[in-house]
Amino acid sequence: MEQDKKMELERFARQLRIDVLEEVYHAHSGHIGGSMSICDTLAYLYRCLMRVDPGQPHWAGRDRLVLSKGHASPALYAVLAESGFFPREELFHLREIGRLLQGHPDMKKIPGVDMTTGSLGQGISAAVGMAIAGKLTCQNYRVFAILGDGELQEGQVWEAAMLAAHRKLDNLIAVVDNNGLQIDGAIDQVNSPYPIDEKFRAFGWDVFYADAHDFDSLEQAFQQALAVTDRPALILQKSVKGKGVSFMENQASWHGTPPNEEQYTLAMTELAAPQQKEDRE
Amino acid sequence: MSQRKMIATRDSYGTALARLGAENERVVVLDADLSGPTKTALFAKSFPERFVDCGIAEANLMGCAAGIASCGMIPFASTFAMFAAGRAYEQVRNAIGYPHLNVKIGATHGGIAVGEDGATHQCIEDFALMRAIPGMTVVCPADDLEAQAAVRAAAEIDGPVYLRFGRDPVPVIHERLTDFKIGKGILLRSGNDVTIVATGALVSIALDAAQMLSAEGVNARVLDFHTIKPLDETLLLEAAAQTGAVVTAEDHSVLGGLGGAVCEFLSAHYPVPILRVGVEDRFGMSGHGAELYETYGLTAENICVRCRAAIAAKRG
Repeated sequence: MEQDKKMELERFARQLRIDVLEEVYHAHSGHIGGSMSICDTLAYLYRCLMRVDPGQPHWAGRDRLVLSKGHASPALYAVLAESGFFPREELFHLREIGRLLQGHPDMKKIPGVDMTTGSLGQGISAAVGMAIAGKLTCQNYRVFAILGDGELQEGQVWEAAMLAAHRKLDNLIAVVDNNGLQIDGAIDQVNSPYPIDEKFRAFGWDVFYADAHDFDSLEQAFQQALAVTDRPALILQKSVKGKGVSFMENQASWHGTPPNEEQYTLAMTELAAPQQKEDRE
Repeated sequence: MSQRKMIATRDSYGTALARLGAENERVVVLDADLSGPTKTALFAKSFPERFVDCGIAEANLMGCAAGIASCGMIPFASTFAMFAAGRAYEQVRNAIGYPHLNVKIGATHGGIAVGEDGATHQCIEDFALMRAIPGMTVVCPADDLEAQAAVRAAAEIDGPVYLRFGRDPVPVIHERLTDFKIGKGILLRSGNDVTIVATGALVSIALDAAQMLSAEGVNARVLDFHTIKPLDETLLLEAAAQTGAVVTAEDHSVLGGLGGAVCEFLSAHYPVPILRVGVEDRFGMSGHGAELYETYGLTAENICVRCRAAIAAKRG
């Protein structure tokens, strides 16, 4: 990836993380850890890959994104707002009564949200349905689904994975965000889904690996996944829960806890520091 | 009565789906390894490219249907009522109901009439479950023409519809049916002493009961409520006001189904004695459908007993 492009993506992802922090801090609730871990992936998808039109969020030919790990909605809302689907001001009213941004993604209320999710395991099925519909109507849109690693404990994920391969859905790319943590602790201590890659391969998927916080790595994985024919592709991305804020990184306790004022200030300082450094240079 | 023409509404469903498929290219049918019993195989044979067999995976069936509907097609997701409404309840609620997606759930083998397979396959809670989801339309046709009309009408609604069909053949009630409308009950028989509100297979049994009551000089009104939600409140209110007593009849638990809906509405708007005929808060068992109807009191005789009691309970 060219250096300029990479720097632009890094700036954009930093902004998404700042947005996530603002959202959860002002809402006094929301899932910050798992949002931070997918910010770079969303930045890459919306800046480099997805064919979407913020002016026509329901454009039939658009690429679709299903956030199957719907609790990471602050990250999705950040990328949608920064892409122009709705005013950024809404980010400061996450989870407020009478406002736009629901606790979990809501396709009927929020422009740019392609599927209502939040109940784990269900988004991937909807993504499979969208991919089937794409094949039926001979449209060439792509469907992207982002799943949590803990989410793989839901049996429905494997029902969907089986059908996706059976129907040769090469217009579907699923991303498993492997940050290794769920509410009750480490995924391999709660109920291990490992080996994730071998399981998906056994289900008939092509599997690629990415460092979720390295744009070269993400680009390589996505380009390989897009080139797959006759089967769905999985990107297993190794990520850091709470990425970007030192005291939140790799802490299960930051799954669904909002920061207090002191933590917010500290986190904002950390997130803004690289930008300030860049601006000085 | 044995001379009556008998057709299972699941057969009507299959016939209607295949016809609809020919007329509307947006119709897609999904099944979960039951295309033979649910009769979606007819559609699959004619339109294999628009048929998706999800295998024995009902949660994914409903999720896929939601995704397909979000892309502008009209999916009919089919399986037995037990698995459509029961197993996949939360998927129906969150992936279809909450986003109000245009999914039609074709649930066959509803009620204890399923018979021999026994309690695990006899869904007597589906009306209650589906009715509790905001925006869900719930339909249970009484005979062949109603079932065919319901499929067509469901496809014309923009939003989720739960359609319940039966396994066993039931008597044909309508020789012709020209004004079927979802949400509009059908007055099948006039009478001012008591109203029997019935749905599905119990409609023809209610008509038998009304016939028996007339021999005693009791004139029962019979309302065919093929739509349980939205409830035809106008027709119900008029019947309560004019007859002063109501008996409901359904192949469903007496909790939360048609009987529940009628009680909820009339208690608030026109309180009259209401008695419910249905499965009395217990599970089914194996046996022939007809034997089970006898055992569980889903009979014309029991409807007559309830009608007499409801009339006796009227305030003077």
